[in-house]
Amino acid sequence: MSSTPRLLWVALVAAVVLAVTVGLGVGAVPLSPSDVWSALFGIGDRSAVSIVRDLRMPRVALGLVVGAGLAASGTALQSTLRNPLAEPYLLGVSGGAAVGAVLAVTLGLTGPGFVPLAAFAGAGSAVVLVLLVARAAGGRADPRLLLMSGVVVGAFCTAAIMVALARAPEGTVRGALWWMMGSLGDAQWSGVRWIALYVALGVVLLAVWGRDLDVLALGEEAAASLGLDVERVTRRIYLTASLLAAATVAGAGLIGFVGLVVPAIARALGCRGARATVLASALAGGALVVAADLVARTLVLPAELPLGAVTALVGVPFFLWRLRGGAAR
Amino acid sequence: MIRFEDVVLGYGTGEPAVRGVSFEAAASRITAVVGPNGSGKSTLVRALLGRIAPTRGRVTLDGAAVAGGDRRAIAARMAVVPQREEPAFPMDVRDFIALGRYPHGGAFSGHSAEDHAAIAKAIDRASVREFLGRRTDELSGGEWQRVRIARALAQGGRALVLDEPTTFLDIAHEMAVFELVDGLAREGHAILLVSHQLNLVARFADHIVLLHHGSIAAAGTPAEVMRGDVLERVYEWPLVVSRDPAVGAPVLVPLRGRGTR
Repeated sequence: MSSTPRLLWVALVAAVVLAVTVGLGVGAVPLSPSDVWSALFGIGDRSAVSIVRDLRMPRVALGLVVGAGLAASGTALQSTLRNPLAEPYLLGVSGGAAVGAVLAVTLGLTGPGFVPLAAFAGAGSAVVLVLLVARAAGGRADPRLLLMSGVVVGAFCTAAIMVALARAPEGTVRGALWWMMGSLGDAQWSGVRWIALYVALGVVLLAVWGRDLDVLALGEEAAASLGLDVERVTRRIYLTASLLAAATVAGAGLIGFVGLVVPAIARALGCRGARATVLASALAGGALVVAADLVARTLVLPAELPLGAVTALVGVPFFLWRLRGGAAR
Repeated sequence: MIRFEDVVLGYGTGEPAVRGVSFEAAASRITAVVGPNGSGKSTLVRALLGRIAPTRGRVTLDGAAVAGGDRRAIAARMAVVPQREEPAFPMDVRDFIALGRYPHGGAFSGHSAEDHAAIAKAIDRASVREFLGRRTDELSGGEWQRVRIARALAQGGRALVLDEPTTFLDIAHEMAVFELVDGLAREGHAILLVSHQLNLVARFADHIVLLHHGSIAAAGTPAEVMRGDVLERVYEWPLVVSRDPAVGAPVLVPLRGRGTR
């Protein structure tokens, strides 16, 4: 059914390989691409192997995972809400996840895999809150109301993070800036593994439900006419997409607009059908976040920009352009 | 066969939108539901989609209740073309028509030989082969309606519900849709057609149900329902019904200058 051009898949994999190669090569000790790949396979200079595998790879891997999760989540939310402007950050899902994660951390609940779960609980609460606000404002059917209440709930979440972190002892937890503007700087294999697990599970589920997403994107009545249980499927996909976004927040804080920009690019490049778009977005999202992180840590040396600032600088103009109806929707 | 038995449908606590309606849409016939805006036509369609359950009476498909039934099994036997539909993202026309096989497939299963045969048959029957290379946002209104009917045919059922299929269409496209629907009825489909086009309905339908404030004001053959006194009362506008000299069908003509609004 999917008529996505094969060349696109080749290009996406190439983009991921390129982003990984450059991401692993650039740093205080620059490494050539051949050095990077030798080191990845454990060949060559000891210190290069250690730099690539122990120091840089966790960060690049986290970037791939976070980007994949955000982009796949955005794709699913856009089909479910029938709105090309939907994405976890703008819908307040990421903000809720951050509140959950921050609360878990400040309460000392930091067992393995627990922070993502707390983030999921926060994201779920934010979803419910956003739907309630939208309904109170005149019906959840209006996508603009949903976005507006998402932004409002997101702002509330930011405030809640500030309050929660104000009482936390200095230096024991990541700062508010880390949570609200996102960073891959704290990447460690122990944490990355858990987040990769959650993200992989979520991306696979959304891809499996690709045909449901296609039918859902036709609209409520058409979906019902094809035998789709609209409420149940919407709930299931919304929750899964939220879980995905929550896992990325637990690993890297709030990173906006990846879920907005990447699916649009995937579609513009010829992706047809939700299953292909989910998978292509996961690849492209991974490459994009690794590239954005590269910009974040090299643009104003020796300082490091927050990753969320870089994605927002790209994403906001794109959002405004889409809002004006740019690009065939 | 689609059957409404003394059906009452309502939203919330207000007055029911449909109050005690009984009729059936049988095989090989076009059954048309007509009536003014707000007379309950769309609510009947929502009941067929399982979006609203009767508070009294039953809506059945081949004898089994639609409310609470297995939606996929129902979709495999009855296709509904809703009034409004705009895909959130443009799709290739062929992929769009292939979604008609959704009720028959699992999450992983690709399309079976049976699926491909049904899709090809639907494409030919609705004469949409020439649109296959295009995307859904590149179709004109008339082409879009035919493509949507093709998707409904791909579902493979013998019952077809069309909600206002010719709104915004010009004469040629409107006639093409009506002729297509007529052909499908002659081939044995049970057609339930909701339409505002009284004059065309009078020429094509075998049976007309005229709704007024959620009740049936008149039902029967076009000749029985297309009566000036009945229609004038229901539509609250002065009109005459004459006979078309060319085709012999009843024709409704709204009058000017004597309206009350």
